[in-house]
Amino acid sequence: MSRQRPLLSLSGLEPLWVTPESNFVNIGERTNVTGSRKFLRLIREERFEEAVEVAREQVEGGAQILDVNMDEGMLDSAECMQRFLNLIAAEPDIARIPVMIDSSKWEVIEAGLQCVQGKGVVNSISLKEGEAEFLRQAGTIRRYGAAVIVMAFDEQGQADNYPRRIAICERAYRLLVDQGGWDPRDVIFDPNIFPVATGMEEHRRNALDFFEATQWIREHLPGAHVSGGVSNVSFSFRGNPVVREAMHSAFLFHGIKAGMDMGIVNPTMLTVYDDIPPDLLNRVEDVLLDRRDDATERLIDFAEGLKGQAGSVAKKDDAWRNEPVESRISHALVKGIAEHIEADVEEIFHQIGSPLKVIEGPLMDGMNVVGDLFGAGKMFLPQVVKSARVMKKAVGWLTPYLEAAAEGTRQRAGKVLLATVKGDVHDIGKNIVGVVLGCNDYEVIDLGVMIPKEKILEAAIAEDVDVIGLSGLITPSLDEMVDVAREMEARGMALPLLIGGATTSKVHTAVKIAPQRSGAVVHVNDASRAVPVVGQLLGKTSKEKFTERLAEDQQKVRTHYARDRQRKTLLPLLETRRKASSETQNRTFDAAHCPTPKSKGIQVIQDIAIADLRPVIDWAPFFRSWGLHGKYPDLLNDAVIGEEARKLQVDAEAMLDRMEAENALQCQAVFGILPAQREGDDVAIDGGNARLHFLRQQSPKGHACLADFIAPADAPGVNTDHIGLFCVTAGHRLEAWCEPFRADDDDYSEIMAKALADRLAEAAAEWLHREVRTRHWGYAQQEALDNAALIAEKYRGIRPAPGYPACPDHQEKQTIWQVLDVEKHIGVSLTESLAMWPAASVSGYYFAHPDARYFGLGKILPDQLEDYAIRREQPVDEAARWLSPVLLDRPVTSAP
Amino acid sequence: MRPNIVQHSAQRILVLDGAMGTMIQRHALEEADFRGERFAEHDSPLKGNNDLLALTRPDILRGIHDAYFEAGADIVETNTFSSTTIAQADYGLESAVWDLNVASAEIARASAEAWTAKTPDQPRFVAGSVGPTNRTASISPDVNDPGYRAVTFRDLVAAYRQQMEALMVGGVDTLLIETVFDTLNAKAALFAAEEAFDRQGRRVPIMVSGTITDASGRTLSGQTAEAFWVSMSHAPLFSIGLNCALGAEQLTPYLEALSNRAHCGISAHPNAGLPNEMGEYEQGPDAMAAQLESFLDKGLVNILGGCCGTTPEHIRAIASLVRGKSPRPIPSHSETAIK
Repeated sequence: MSRQRPLLSLSGLEPLWVTPESNFVNIGERTNVTGSRKFLRLIREERFEEAVEVAREQVEGGAQILDVNMDEGMLDSAECMQRFLNLIAAEPDIARIPVMIDSSKWEVIEAGLQCVQGKGVVNSISLKEGEAEFLRQAGTIRRYGAAVIVMAFDEQGQADNYPRRIAICERAYRLLVDQGGWDPRDVIFDPNIFPVATGMEEHRRNALDFFEATQWIREHLPGAHVSGGVSNVSFSFRGNPVVREAMHSAFLFHGIKAGMDMGIVNPTMLTVYDDIPPDLLNRVEDVLLDRRDDATERLIDFAEGLKGQAGSVAKKDDAWRNEPVESRISHALVKGIAEHIEADVEEIFHQIGSPLKVIEGPLMDGMNVVGDLFGAGKMFLPQVVKSARVMKKAVGWLTPYLEAAAEGTRQRAGKVLLATVKGDVHDIGKNIVGVVLGCNDYEVIDLGVMIPKEKILEAAIAEDVDVIGLSGLITPSLDEMVDVAREMEARGMALPLLIGGATTSKVHTAVKIAPQRSGAVVHVNDASRAVPVVGQLLGKTSKEKFTERLAEDQQKVRTHYARDRQRKTLLPLLETRRKASSETQNRTFDAAHCPTPKSKGIQVIQDIAIADLRPVIDWAPFFRSWGLHGKYPDLLNDAVIGEEARKLQVDAEAMLDRMEAENALQCQAVFGILPAQREGDDVAIDGGNARLHFLRQQSPKGHACLADFIAPADAPGVNTDHIGLFCVTAGHRLEAWCEPFRADDDDYSEIMAKALADRLAEAAAEWLHREVRTRHWGYAQQEALDNAALIAEKYRGIRPAPGYPACPDHQEKQTIWQVLDVEKHIGVSLTESLAMWPAASVSGYYFAHPDARYFGLGKILPDQLEDYAIRREQPVDEAARWLSPVLLDRPVTSAP
Repeated sequence: MRPNIVQHSAQRILVLDGAMGTMIQRHALEEADFRGERFAEHDSPLKGNNDLLALTRPDILRGIHDAYFEAGADIVETNTFSSTTIAQADYGLESAVWDLNVASAEIARASAEAWTAKTPDQPRFVAGSVGPTNRTASISPDVNDPGYRAVTFRDLVAAYRQQMEALMVGGVDTLLIETVFDTLNAKAALFAAEEAFDRQGRRVPIMVSGTITDASGRTLSGQTAEAFWVSMSHAPLFSIGLNCALGAEQLTPYLEALSNRAHCGISAHPNAGLPNEMGEYEQGPDAMAAQLESFLDKGLVNILGGCCGTTPEHIRAIASLVRGKSPRPIPSHSETAIK
């Protein structure tokens, strides 16, 4: 791209660059009280909304700069200038182009300059009051950042001939450029366009002088531009549009040839030069170029015959008006066109019949489109605000119908309280949300900035609002919002809470704020979304569905978030192995730590007495299975659930008595304490006859793997380490014993029996573990623990089970079954999904090393999944299926 | 004679400091820290009014400036983003504004002098931070009246002029009108700067930095980056640029738009990436530097630094990145001469 600076740079919301190729810049002139009676009337009658439409027509008609003039004796011109400029600043399709602030009064010019964010043009200043005042005004304009039109006017008056035109322009140029520090590119001369064909002899050269002066300026005053008010030239043909259009076009044709590069014209009152009929053109040019003495008379005669004919007024593109009414409403909302919205709303109201349905249907649909476009970066904020105002107008039109439907006491759509939280002063976004909600028929109570939570909640209660909206921009505000949510819950306030502001997010809302309370917490990421969200939150029919979906969405977000967090923190397998090995390198595997078992081989216990198991029952899970949570035995004395728990225990003990007496269950066990050595994360049994596969934690804090509790082959000072395998069951005969309960439809007893069988199986596992520690393995012969200590696992050694947190793969049960021949010895089988049958069974491993402890594996990364599949000699997909609960990203195939 | 920031800028890419708020948050300050003795009896809460620390915990600001200079910054910004009567009105502290600006500038000045003495080859500079205030001059906050304005150009000029004069008195080398979301506010600031220069009888260079907030690539008040440049170009700017709102990567097209047009220096101080879902900026120093490298490869910038979420470590990475790299050539007057 070339760094060549443009000949002139101006801006509205978008830049306007005048380049050698741009030919001619149109300046729209209809927003001028001196040139348009209609515009004057609108301003005088304070019909500013319609006055804004005049500006829009100018832009749509092709104006590249908008000339605004409020110079009229009866108006407060400065005030009108500011009011009008502020209003069009809120119209993005108008504010797109630069503004020309047109006044002969300095205070009006300055008032205008204070309202435009872009670089506009001042029209105009002159040497009328001398050099000092001229330079003072020019200097101030420069500080405001605008280009300037200098009129050919000096202490003696307006330049009305060629020599004075060029003399004044040259003098002004030198003052501005040499003394005022002006970039000549920001200087535009208006060498005065005066009427021709007035019948006055001294006016004959008016146009020609202008053309010649223009040419001189462009040749001798480098950088400067030439402009002028074109319609002046045809002043004497008012009421004859055909002639006027022809004169304007011809004037521009010759002006542009001479170097005029911009002009105040009515773009809707121009015809194409080549389209001017030759006889008319000939007469017009005779006048403009002063080619004949009788030029004026000839044109006047010719013009008589054209009076009353319409000019070639340009048509606006309003094809969208032919669309169906829903599309028209959507178009009006997206484009921010207020002009026809009332008629369209009236039309659709008669189709639909309910004013509320009009709002919730087509109007809200349109606002949703606006929201989508804004989200996609295809609209920008001032456009959204503009759309909201069209919405307001639509709702305003429907208000009488709404009131009629509510018999006079119409409710607003809802009451919304907005506040920027404590410690934060940013409120621009919040204000815009307020504007948009207000436009959509919501009553908005805005508490302002830095509002403590107490004040927010008290105001919400006092004002009986339907929704609270919190805003904040800085990071600490996020915590403040969490506090507000917590406080709402503490006070039992169920109304929905909206969260917005630059650092807020869907995820933060779901993860940190929403869990604080039972009521809905919705993140509203921009103003355009506030309306549909509040609408759905307050709608009688939509509310439930919306909050349900919100809760689901937020749960998903939380799950994703947790997963992402873990993914970010999980260590690669090699790294966690390296850390583990450095952490465990001093672990001792001598005879004391790896005791040799007293009894070897596989052993079976065919009948364990229920009486032996009863003392080691862990009751807490039993009560949990009945929905009674708490610590055992404290829960028996709990004020709320104590009585229920005591009754349940009485029933349980009675049934255990019966089970014992009737020999209801056969409790059996099989176990073996077998030579083993660690090989990586595997444990090889019996010199490799069987192999157990374990998984390793990948979290930054823990790197444990069950295999670490078995001595590796090369560990010094130990011959052979061992691992225990076991299975116990308390489920045989249970089904038959429950048969009478089923026959009696006695669900309670059947459930009780099964719950107790589960407890007995667990108790059997605990009991067997103690037998193994004290007798069979025999490393803890002196162990003397009471039942509470036993249940609290205050002994040496652990008995983790496949499918549980430290070793989540159920497939490993198959190895236990194969090594112990479980099914043959005690009749417990594995189902297709590797559940044990009878269900009241427990199987697992024994680790005897004093360091052995339980841990949760947590999530693993794909690297370990692949490694594991290779170790197990199975396809990764299959391993993934069994390990899906510990994988960060669950595979698509269904879990077992 | 102090070293001249404009001259040094011609020789190398200058490094601007990083976030102030992030660094202040690390100190976990309480209400009492903000109040100090002077505002102990003030009748509204002051916690979070970071600018106040210039008077109540100057040690913290000095420490942060030192940390940025130590990391290699050439310019630190005064802690005066909200030190105008308009922004301080929320705390009822309009009367403290002059002192806030003078004190903040003096703290940064003292730090800069100390570091210049330590590393005379790398003189250090102070930019007086001039924030946007929390009001918009060209957007109405009132639903019923799109023509209404919560602040006028004159209000803004008065507030800015006071702040700028105080910053000059406190000894800043340049004024940085930053995080511009409404160009009319910034135009008022430029207007105020000229008045402040008149009254102080001297000028300092002016830097302007806007912020692109919309996905559409516009300022909050709706301008494109190019229109923003045009609207600022009447002032004799030392630099124009963009900060905040976006990370380095997202900023690139808009910075290119400015660089293609502007006949002054180009600055960029982006955030440490986009805030994550918890409102935290988590782009690390190396990742940020890697993205900024493309600015250098494209010859886009003259001044480079960090905004939200950046720390001395980010600035250290940026400082080592720019070492030996040439600044964007500023189009000379002949290149932009009239055709």
